[in-house]
Amino acid sequence: MIAVVDYDAGNLRSVETALRHLGARFVVTADPAVVRGAERVIVPGVGDAAAAMGRLDRSGLSDALREFARSGGPLLGICLGSQIVLDRSDENNAQCLGIIPGEAVAFDERPGRKVPHMGWNTLIPRADHPLFAGIAPETSFYFVHSYVPRPAEVRDCLALTEYQEEFCSVVGRDNVIATQFHPEKSGEPGLRMLQNFAQWRV
Amino acid sequence: MYQKRIIVCLDVRDGMVTKGVRFKGNIDIGDPVVMARQYYEAGVDELVFYDITASAERRGIIVDVVERVASQIFVPFSVGGGIGTVEDMRAVLLAGAEKVSVNSQAVRNPDIIAQGAARFGRQCVVLGMDAAADAQMPSGYRVVINGGRTPTELDAVQWAQRAVELGAGEIVVNSIDADGTRNGYECTVTRKISQAVSVPVVASGGAGVPEHLQRVFTEGSADAALVASMVHYGDYTIGDIKSYLADQGTPVRAV
Repeated sequence: MIAVVDYDAGNLRSVETALRHLGARFVVTADPAVVRGAERVIVPGVGDAAAAMGRLDRSGLSDALREFARSGGPLLGICLGSQIVLDRSDENNAQCLGIIPGEAVAFDERPGRKVPHMGWNTLIPRADHPLFAGIAPETSFYFVHSYVPRPAEVRDCLALTEYQEEFCSVVGRDNVIATQFHPEKSGEPGLRMLQNFAQWRV
Repeated sequence: MYQKRIIVCLDVRDGMVTKGVRFKGNIDIGDPVVMARQYYEAGVDELVFYDITASAERRGIIVDVVERVASQIFVPFSVGGGIGTVEDMRAVLLAGAEKVSVNSQAVRNPDIIAQGAARFGRQCVVLGMDAAADAQMPSGYRVVINGGRTPTELDAVQWAQRAVELGAGEIVVNSIDADGTRNGYECTVTRKISQAVSVPVVASGGAGVPEHLQRVFTEGSADAALVASMVHYGDYTIGDIKSYLADQGTPVRAV
């Protein structure tokens, strides 16, 4: 059973419909005990990191997610989920989950570069990972974000994406993986990625 | 590589996709869920549902459409038309839309942009704007509302900048002069706005052939382009448009 963490953060519904379409067994939950007992966990989310962390902290979900990550169960972060697994975010100076060392930083202003980075972009894989199984290297994924994950250690960046600079678009370590893009909105390859997560044996 | 988006626009009235025909009013051209699914399978990058339902039951009808579309297609889509309150926004976002678009409502009540951005994040809030060429305005373009029937005192470029300050995460620029002509997008207004704001700009109105998209991506500095009749009636497929653009060197998502 996959626990999809419900903390009133936006894209929950689209993750839910994608998992239902795949026939995955899942539960949408705001209950820390359900998260602790889950086989695998998805942390979706769009919007403000500080507001999201506030809700996770108040509900006890932050501690449950840290414990789940330590227990070795497969954990997938999506979009904001790829930022809040880090130590902190520049977005309203949010203290985050600290599951992977690093921080989220804002895209700086560059001539001709639109922020949010909104639309389809490709990955430059840095490591093999079961999440990428069966997905062609030139595949595009849907992004919408103004902050980017910056893991402290190079090996925790599993893929880069180019947007007038290369930023880390997939963060991961051991049983934790997080995508800055939205697999649930990235067509059939995105669905395949969610399927891969549902079957991932750490 | 970052890619230019091709967005299909579907006008929805009373739960059916409709098309305005000059002197004849609107005719239904299909079921929104079926059409959305077809475009999804054909490789569309994004969809827009523009609700032109006039009845009092409109919100329930569009929410039902959004829920059914969201269960079938796995690319982003937005909803515009009749979004006048934060509660309207919440209803369509919760039903599964990625973004909501405000147009005339934002001119009458700009605060809706700020409220929506604060509540749902600016990436969810799109400003749609109808612009008409007007030499009296500083940029040469005036914002018009109510489908182009009512002129406002707003300059198109200034209004775009203000909307971004308020919290709009994307701007759709629809040229009233080009809309429905199929003679090409109005590249000048698109470029002026795209260069004046930090957020992505979507060109709308006038698409007839794939060359028009190529022009608005280059001369118009558009980040995305809206198409409607050129694909609804089978003149071109999404694949036709994308292969033309790719041949011209414009980065697009492979179908």
